[in-house]
Amino acid sequence: MSFQETASAVLDEDTQDAINIDQSKGDFRFPENHKFDAGWGLSSKTVDYICDVKQDPDWVRTFRHKALATFEKKPMPTGWATKDLENIHFDKIRYYLSDGEKPKRTWDEVPPEVLETFERLGIPEQERGFLAGVEAQYDSEAAYSNMKEELSKEGVIFVTSAEGLKEHEEIFRPYFGKVIPTGDNKFSALNSAVFSGGSFIYIPKGVKLKQPLQAYFRINSESFGQFERTLIIADEGAEVMYMEGCTAPKFETATLHSAVVELVALKGAKIQYITVQNWSSNVFNLVTKRGLAMENAEIRWIDCNIGSRLTMKYPGVVMKGEGARGEVISIALANDNQHQDTGAKMIHAADNTTSNVVSKSISVGEGRSTYRGQVLIPKHLKGCKNNTECDALLINSNSRTDTYPAITVKGNRHATQHEASVSQVSEEMLFYMQQRGLDEGQAMSLAVNGFINDLVREFPMEYSVELKRLIDLEMEGSVG
Amino acid sequence: MTSTVPSWLEARQQAAKQRYEETPKPKRGDEQWRFANIKQLNFDNLSGVAGEFDRTDLIKRSTGVENTAAKFVFLNDEIILAETAVPEGVICLPLGEAFSKHPELVEKHFMTRETRLGSAKYAALHEASVKNGLFVYVPEKVEVEGVIEVHHWISGGVTTFPHTLIITETSSKVRVIDIFRSVDEQVAGLAIAFNDLCAGKNSSLDYVAIQSLNEVSRMISINETSTHRDARAKGFILNTGGAWIRNESLSRLEGPGAHSDMLSVCLPDHEQEFDQRTYQHHVSEGAYSDLLYKNTLYGHSKTIFSGLILVDEKAHHTDAYQTCRNLMMTDHCEANSMPGLEINADQVKCSHGSTSAQIADDEIFYLQARGIDADQARQLIARGFSIEAIQRLECEPVEELILRFVDEKFNRVVIS
Repeated sequence: MSFQETASAVLDEDTQDAINIDQSKGDFRFPENHKFDAGWGLSSKTVDYICDVKQDPDWVRTFRHKALATFEKKPMPTGWATKDLENIHFDKIRYYLSDGEKPKRTWDEVPPEVLETFERLGIPEQERGFLAGVEAQYDSEAAYSNMKEELSKEGVIFVTSAEGLKEHEEIFRPYFGKVIPTGDNKFSALNSAVFSGGSFIYIPKGVKLKQPLQAYFRINSESFGQFERTLIIADEGAEVMYMEGCTAPKFETATLHSAVVELVALKGAKIQYITVQNWSSNVFNLVTKRGLAMENAEIRWIDCNIGSRLTMKYPGVVMKGEGARGEVISIALANDNQHQDTGAKMIHAADNTTSNVVSKSISVGEGRSTYRGQVLIPKHLKGCKNNTECDALLINSNSRTDTYPAITVKGNRHATQHEASVSQVSEEMLFYMQQRGLDEGQAMSLAVNGFINDLVREFPMEYSVELKRLIDLEMEGSVG
Repeated sequence: MTSTVPSWLEARQQAAKQRYEETPKPKRGDEQWRFANIKQLNFDNLSGVAGEFDRTDLIKRSTGVENTAAKFVFLNDEIILAETAVPEGVICLPLGEAFSKHPELVEKHFMTRETRLGSAKYAALHEASVKNGLFVYVPEKVEVEGVIEVHHWISGGVTTFPHTLIITETSSKVRVIDIFRSVDEQVAGLAIAFNDLCAGKNSSLDYVAIQSLNEVSRMISINETSTHRDARAKGFILNTGGAWIRNESLSRLEGPGAHSDMLSVCLPDHEQEFDQRTYQHHVSEGAYSDLLYKNTLYGHSKTIFSGLILVDEKAHHTDAYQTCRNLMMTDHCEANSMPGLEINADQVKCSHGSTSAQIADDEIFYLQARGIDADQARQLIARGFSIEAIQRLECEPVEELILRFVDEKFNRVVIS
């Protein structure tokens, strides 16, 4: 890929330093200064409040209220989900915060403290590099958003979802809430009721973006749930890569992150959505992500979960047009007190559609990682194929891993295969590396990086570098 | 043939009856009944009237392997034939008799564990209603040559509760086959069967269940196997008949070196629905379990496979494998697979695999090029596909018997 070539060419020492951001710098926070605050708990008043502040059009207000009713009616996932969900107290969460200012256009207009946060996250460096647009989310509103002019010239829309629904209603509205209906699950309903922030991206016909679009998210207020709503539409033949990365300062009480991400790839379009999730270990990360792929379109979810207390995330692709392709590539690392409950959902709804799921998980200490998958190939279709592979690596004797796939195939013109394995780093491998002068921890890190290496390569350069560093960090002190 | 119910059993049955009434029916959304057709649990439409039969004719029809160590024929849970030639010390008799003749042995092993795979309610019903079945006890260092063969016939619209209880003591060996069939083809019956298999240290216990009921009958069959140190247990299920069949097989590995094989072949056609749930529970470290389920689906049939390997916290050095393969023969069949793993220990080797596919055109072409017509070629491949699981039994007479039922089914299958 040309992007990666460029990246490796530019990779001199300075860039390397810029990429090697120190994650522990994320452990800081600034005094909260919010002009708007919806208070604690959730009621129709909260929803009205959010609508008023955001000056939502009437149809959005109706949409939010309907979603609130659905949220209240829907039960929590039972039977299969972890009991930890019971520790979410919906009335002890603040649902909306904003500094009440319009999204910024240039760096000069961004408040200095916000700038400092981004400085530490390494955004300016990447901006200086080659990234086309940076939309950084500070609390629920995009505090800064910038797009290079040539992108605008090509007709690419890259704005906050709030701006999207007001300024680009004719494109936004037909797809909004269509890929993931409000009632899909309790948390998608919650998001639909109180969403704020997130991106709206539209790539016009035939436009192929060579450079990835990127947004950084941060949570900076205690007990504040972040409910971004992202909608990406790639028109016929368009191509886009979107990157989402998160770090969060550590808080004392649990916070809730419940995003909804909808992707629409029209005929022949390609969307890659890349996530590196590194929330602090008190965050509940309950995210609904789904893409709709039309004729010959391709949607790839590349998902990496390292942080959070509990992540429940099953990116899905509905392959609605003939020849559509869906892919989920997932890396999860669960450390002490963490549960990474991730997976994939592949719904084949047209002939000759193919899907691929590759999931690798690592359980360290008392961490628990879970793969949950669903593949559905209904009747009267032909030539559908699915391949699922999930591998789990257990580091310590009390680590835990589970796999729960569900595969339904109807008719005899399809092929599916599912494979899973569980293993640990062999003593011999560690011994070999230790003989060559690595200590046990380094040897373990190297082995773990080797285990996920082929997936890490799927990430853009700076992400894969950062990922390796994150994994080294997580592995520290896990052995010996 | 059985006399009065002993008091210990009476107490157990009363408690079970209460448990049956108190346990709620499975409902939609229950994870253990995912994809299942819960309507099939409505048993009200059974006529309750036992059918006519000719005892001599039925005994004549009860053929299995040539050399049996013992042979029993039950009709609606009543014994109509008992022949035994088992070695000295081996107890092999109808369960109805064992209840009063060997109360201590039976009580110790009879339905001692909680049913975990969804049918707790029906296990309770079985416990409350069971009258007969097979009881086998093999003492230390005794090997039973030949096969213990049991024929269970259902006649009319009744519910039967066949039970099989097998205990092998240290270093002993036994092989048992249960064959379930209907006397007539048209009347819907129901069997709620349970088998308790307890393989003692270093023993070898093979159990084969052949289910070939008529295509309007239903069956719930619950299996509990516990395998102790260095023991080897094999469980095999063949499903050819039945309108709706639910198999729940749970294998507990309780000692290092324990080895459990769980095998199954299903050949559903028409509207048949086979729902199989399995559980490989590694309680002890250093044990081995291997599951291979093979389904060949015809017509509008449907299969559900839900398997779980559970490795307990202390069960290090576990080897556990699970494979479910579906061969899709028509455009209307449906295969659901839920192969699961729950691993709570390290130093384990676990894997599962599940595939669903049809026969490739070039395989058919290859056989056609050698003068075999397409339909025959398909059947040949399907047969070979099933044989992989059957051969794991490593006992020729038993394999032949199973293949007899398999071929009978293939001959009935009409490829649309």
